[in-house]
Amino acid sequence: MRAQTHERPVTAGQLPTIGELLDRQGLLAYILLLPALLILIAFIGWPFVTSLWLAVTDQSVSTSVVRFVGLDNFTDELRSQIFLQTARNTFVYTGVTVVFKLAFGIGLAVLMNQSFRLKNIARAALLLPWIVPTALSAIAWLWLFDATFSVFNWVIVRSGLADRGINWLGEGSWAMASIIIANIWRGTPFFAISILAGLQTVDRELLDAAAVDGASPWQRFWRITIPLIRPVLLIVLLFSTVWTISDFQLVYVLTRGGPANSTHLFGTLAYDVAVRAGQLSEGAAISLYMFPVLIVCVVALLVYLRRSST
Amino acid sequence: MRPTASRRLMTLYLPLSLTAILLLFPFYWMFITSVKTNSELIDLNGLPFWVFQPTLDHYRYLFAETGFLRWTLNTLTISVVATAISLVCSILAGYALARLRFRGAGAIGAAIFVTYLVPQTLLFLPLLEVVRQLGLSNTLWSMILTYPTILIPFGTWLLMGYFRSIPRELEEAALIDGASRLRAMTQIVLPLALPGILSAGIFAFTLSWNEFIYALVFTNSTDIKTIPVGVVTELVKGDVYFWGSLMAGALLGSVPVALIYSFFVENYVGGLTAGAVKG
Repeated sequence: MRAQTHERPVTAGQLPTIGELLDRQGLLAYILLLPALLILIAFIGWPFVTSLWLAVTDQSVSTSVVRFVGLDNFTDELRSQIFLQTARNTFVYTGVTVVFKLAFGIGLAVLMNQSFRLKNIARAALLLPWIVPTALSAIAWLWLFDATFSVFNWVIVRSGLADRGINWLGEGSWAMASIIIANIWRGTPFFAISILAGLQTVDRELLDAAAVDGASPWQRFWRITIPLIRPVLLIVLLFSTVWTISDFQLVYVLTRGGPANSTHLFGTLAYDVAVRAGQLSEGAAISLYMFPVLIVCVVALLVYLRRSST
Repeated sequence: MRPTASRRLMTLYLPLSLTAILLLFPFYWMFITSVKTNSELIDLNGLPFWVFQPTLDHYRYLFAETGFLRWTLNTLTISVVATAISLVCSILAGYALARLRFRGAGAIGAAIFVTYLVPQTLLFLPLLEVVRQLGLSNTLWSMILTYPTILIPFGTWLLMGYFRSIPRELEEAALIDGASRLRAMTQIVLPLALPGILSAGIFAFTLSWNEFIYALVFTNSTDIKTIPVGVVTELVKGDVYFWGSLMAGALLGSVPVALIYSFFVENYVGGLTAGAVKG
C-alpha cells in the first residue's frame, strides 16, 4: 500500500501505483480472467484428471486398497455385451434424431420466416419444449407412453388401427422409438430458432435477383439460401450432436436404459454402473468413451472458428 | 402479387397450426392430467382429452405432503447464486478477452469455449469425487459451485462478442481524459453491454433451473433436492406413480423459466444464436 501516495511517481525506478499496474494490460487481463479460470480448473480440469485416474484403477464402493489396472477397464468394456449394445443405441439415437431435428428445424424456420401476425407469440410458444426442464417434460411423455393409459393407444384402438395399443416403453425397438420421438420434440425448436436467425441474415435482394433470372423457389433455396446459412447449420449440428450423444435426462426418466438395456446411452449406463452398482472406475471408463467423439467435434469447431475469423 | 388467402392457408397457417399442436400437446396433457381426479385418470372409457370433474387435489398433495416448496426454494437459491457468480466471472473474463492485449489470449479464449462443449455426463462421476473431497456432498454449495462450469463458457463467449461490438473509441476517450481502465470498464463499457449481460443472465438462470444430472448425483436428502430431481425421484413410490401430482409438479416447475423467457424472448433468442449467426 506504500506505493499509493498522493504524488504520482514521476521517474522510472519508483514503485508504480496500483492504478498504473492495472493499466498494464497483461497483468490486468490475468487478474480479470482469474475467477473464471479458477472455477473452470477446479470443477472441469481437476475432475477430468480425476476421471483419468479413476479409469485406470479399480475403485468401487467395496474396495479399500486401490490398484492400478492400466487400460483394463477400457478393454473389459469392449468385451461387454451391454456396453456394445449401449454404443449401438447411442449411434442410432444420435443419428436418427439429429437428421429429423435438422429436417424439421429447417422446415419450421422457413415457415416462420414469413411475415404474419402474432409472429412473436408463435416463436415464443414454439420454443417451449426446448426451454422447460427436460426431466419435467419427460414426465409428460412417460404418461403419454404409459402401457395402459397412453393416449396414443387410446386413439389407435378407438380409430380401429389396431386391436391393442403399443407397449411403447416395454418393448425394445418401441422404447427406442419413444425416446427418439421425445428427443426430436425437445430438440427441433432449438434448430428452428437458430436456423431462423440465420435465414433473417440472408439478403432478400440476392433471392429476388435470382428469381428475376428465372430460378425456381426450390433452386433459390438450395443454391442460395442453404449455402449462405451453412455456418449456422454447421454450428447447430455440432452442438446438437454433442448434446444428443451425452443425453441423460430423457432416458433416465422414460426407460432407465431398459427394457433389457435396449435404450441405454453412455451417460445412463455410466450412472447405473457407478452410482447404482458402485463400480466407480468402470463407470468413469464408460463416460470417457464419449471423449473421442467430443475431440472430433471440438477440433471441427476450432477449425471452423479459425477459418471464419480470418 | 399478393398471395391468395387459400395459398396462405396451405403454406402458412395450416402447417404452423399443425406444428404448434404437436409441440404444445404435451403441455396441454400435463395440465389436463394434473386437474383430473384419480378415477378419471384411469378411466379408459371416457374421453381422455377433456376433464369432467376438475380438482386441485393433486396440487394440494404436492404442497402439503411433499417437499415441493422446499425444492422450489432450493432451485431458486442455487439458480440465483450460480447465475450471479457466473455473470461476474463472465463479465471480467469476457472484457479481458475482448479488449486487452496479452500473451495467450487466443489460447485461453479457445480453451474457455471448448469447455462449453464438455457434457455433464462426461464429468459427473469424477466431479462427485471432487465434491466429496471438498466435503460438499449433499449441500446446496455442491451445485452452486459446479453449475458455473456450465454457465461461464457460454457467458464469456457471448459477452466477449458484445464488448467487441462497443466502439473502442468511447473507452479510449475516457482513458485519455485520465480515467483508469477499471473505471472506463465499469462506467462506460458495462452500461452499454447491459443487453448482453441480461441475455447471459437469463441464459444462465434457465440452465441452472433445468440442470438435472449433477443435482441428482450430488444430493440424497429430500430437503436439498431441486425441483426436477425432487419431482422425478420422490413422487414415484416403488411402482406407484402419483400421476396427478407428478404433472402438477412438472407444470409448476416449468412455469418460472417459461415466464422469464417469454418476457425476454428477444434476448433469449439473441443469446442462443449469438455464436451461430456471427459466422
